[in-house]
Amino acid sequence: MGEVWPLQDPYNIIITGTGGQGNVLASRIIGEMLSQRGLHVTIGETFGASQRGGSVMSHLRISSCSVFSPQIPKGRAHLVVALEPSEAIRVLKIYGNPTVKVLTNTRPIHPIGVICGEQTYPSLEDLKRWIKELSEAAWFIDSTTAAVNLGNPVLGNVILIGALAATGVLPLERTQFEAALSRRMKPDQILLNLLAYDAGASVI
Amino acid sequence: MSLSMKAQEGARMLVMGNEAIARGALEAGVRVAAGYPGTPSSEIIENLAQASKARNLYVEWSVNEKVALEVASAASYAGLRALAVMKMVGMNVASDFLLHLAQYGTRGGMVLVSCDDPGALSSSNEGDSRPYAKMMEFPLLEPGDFQEAKDMTQWAFDLSEAISNVVMVRSVTRLSHASGEVVMGEIPQTQVRARFTFDGPLLNTLTGPAVNQPWAIREFRRMQHGKLKKAAELFEHSPFNTYIGPARPELLVITSSACQLYSAEAIHLLGAERRIGLLKLGTTWPLPLQLLEKHLRLTDKVLVVEEILPFMEENLKAAAATLAPRIGVKTFFGKADGRLPMESELNPDLVVAALSGILEVPYESVPQDYLKRAEEIAAAGAPVRALTFCPGCPHRASFWSIHDAIQMDGRNGFVCGDIGCYALAASPSGFDTIKTLHSMGSGAGLASGFGKLGVFGLTQPIFAVCGDSTFYHAVMPALVNAAHNKANITLIVLDNGGTAMTGFQPHPGLKVNAAGEEVPPLDIPTLCRAMGAKVEVCDPFDVEDTRRTFLEMMEDQQGVKVVVLRQLCALSPEKRGKRKFQMAVDHELCVGQKCGCNRLCTRVFKCPGLIWDRERQAARIDEVICTGCGVCATLCPAGALKRREVE
Repeated sequence: MGEVWPLQDPYNIIITGTGGQGNVLASRIIGEMLSQRGLHVTIGETFGASQRGGSVMSHLRISSCSVFSPQIPKGRAHLVVALEPSEAIRVLKIYGNPTVKVLTNTRPIHPIGVICGEQTYPSLEDLKRWIKELSEAAWFIDSTTAAVNLGNPVLGNVILIGALAATGVLPLERTQFEAALSRRMKPDQILLNLLAYDAGASVI
Repeated sequence: MSLSMKAQEGARMLVMGNEAIARGALEAGVRVAAGYPGTPSSEIIENLAQASKARNLYVEWSVNEKVALEVASAASYAGLRALAVMKMVGMNVASDFLLHLAQYGTRGGMVLVSCDDPGALSSSNEGDSRPYAKMMEFPLLEPGDFQEAKDMTQWAFDLSEAISNVVMVRSVTRLSHASGEVVMGEIPQTQVRARFTFDGPLLNTLTGPAVNQPWAIREFRRMQHGKLKKAAELFEHSPFNTYIGPARPELLVITSSACQLYSAEAIHLLGAERRIGLLKLGTTWPLPLQLLEKHLRLTDKVLVVEEILPFMEENLKAAAATLAPRIGVKTFFGKADGRLPMESELNPDLVVAALSGILEVPYESVPQDYLKRAEEIAAAGAPVRALTFCPGCPHRASFWSIHDAIQMDGRNGFVCGDIGCYALAASPSGFDTIKTLHSMGSGAGLASGFGKLGVFGLTQPIFAVCGDSTFYHAVMPALVNAAHNKANITLIVLDNGGTAMTGFQPHPGLKVNAAGEEVPPLDIPTLCRAMGAKVEVCDPFDVEDTRRTFLEMMEDQQGVKVVVLRQLCALSPEKRGKRKFQMAVDHELCVGQKCGCNRLCTRVFKCPGLIWDRERQAARIDEVICTGCGVCATLCPAGALKRREVE
């Protein structure tokens, strides 16, 4: 890791989840952490649906030399970070490939079609098996429960960032995380978010 | 104030396209900015509004886009640099004034930013605002990345002053709402004094009165054409038009906007850098003909890559016909021949497909067996995630009552919808209640028309719904029309305390404006009463009272009735993270399928805070999702959903 990263240029990350899970903030923080290393970062976002329970996706393109398209080409994701497990599958269908790596929150959020009984939500065992089958490496953590334990489910995204840093897939450092927070939060919020980051890092 | 509005000259920052546009305006010394919220444009005015005090600007959320353009133009007439911002649907609203403005001209630099939404990712149409530049004859700039979004906006003010006319900068969702790196420039510390000069002759558009007299139009248009010619000359040497590729490309791709990023990536994915040239145009109307001649003479084949309409493609074909004696005949590929789709947004893969077809180079994104397996898994593993109202959203409760009242009335009444989150009520999330859905204010306008069809035998009760911001934007004239013509309708104003869908921008009904200053709120019930309407105000979370009010309104056959349903948006800063009720399921009372309720709460009401527990065969509260609005407790026929007020 370090100076030679990324080996693939551009390195393509997809952060996915559902509206209200803090997808956009997670993508901005990871983007800023990598940008601080002098890498060129482009983030594509679709958040028109984010207020209303839809699937939300951020595309991060990391390059040592250039700005890239805000949409990753199909089948070209190197890393998928999912705030909701079935969303990981939805993304892998379009952007997955045999060498993709996946970090997933295991807490489901049921779509409205499941709530009203028209569709069924897969079991966690099936979801894990399928994600493993479609990826080269996969990590699973219950970041929502960890966040509830810290007092607020909305911290689930930050717990996932902490876990992501601990996997070592990306060159993410805690000091950079702190710097990214300090640009947008008050000191008491920063402290809570650092706790969440550490909680995530300790799971991996 | 956001960091991008504060950053020093030379700072390199990761910023959203809309922040880059706002920063470009600041660096140009903009003094007045006005707009109406609309995805994907809203962050431009938001950022400038937050910076307005520190940077000595006047920034407002206007009542609609036409007024925003007029407010900005007044500043230009008074010699100040001014910006008007809107999404593409707003261009249509502003277009009446825009033609007058463009034929007359401007004084202080006047820039109009339109953010289009290819693919209608958060819009109810897929409009292309670029043809306005050609139709109304003013220059058009299209940034191709984040740095250009800033630099081009800044330069647009210079161009506007060089030609004394409005200049349009067109962005798209994938730039406005994407983020990339931008190196900041200097923000000038200029002192300017506003003064509207009108002492000169009418035909002097810099010193005379700004009056579009019929007898003067011919001269104004002659001047306008001179301005356009001057812009074309400046465009010939613009650094915003770039070429990368071989000296004599086998295929020349001509593109603009976010499509330049898709095109560059597609060429890279195919490894065709030595065969394909990429001409990126930032100045897309009027076209720089000499520049085009230089590039077109060195190739035989051209692929035009752009989103929504084949705007550049058609203009380039016309240019190629003009240049034909010197460049020869070219073969054009693009939307007209079906190489690229006419509908929806583009992406790198669609451009790869077009290129691989033309050059006959095969491309495989992933191994076929992986793709097949991923599709199989997704069919079972990724259930469709339809959009729905948020947990605790007042609209779900409102449409529950509206739908119920219409069913109880039994005369096949219907609701004309409007633009906002509540448009979702055209789907099962809102019980399929909305039956028409078009532009801002069209619900009330259509209702006004339906409300006069009684003489032709129409007996259905007619409703229109609108949000509080939409009410001021375009519903008021339609309501005046309905009142004046005695249309028999009920307007329902879903007042959730702000322009919620686009991020809680203030509107005339609130006590604060864009800059955070206190202003007198215009009360919707008072305005409606002044129009002669019978008005009721209800809390939609009181389902019983709301339904009864609707039934009364439907019985009243005379003229315009208005029901204002007041309850703050569940995501509003005042409500977020606070629960009024702690919810629980009483499992003694919830007997699931045996109840006879047919799972009313999960199957019909469908709040995401409720889950159907398959093992227990009963309802369950999702503690993480539920916001504690308590409405479901009032609906459960068995009284099994319990609510306890949170201290």
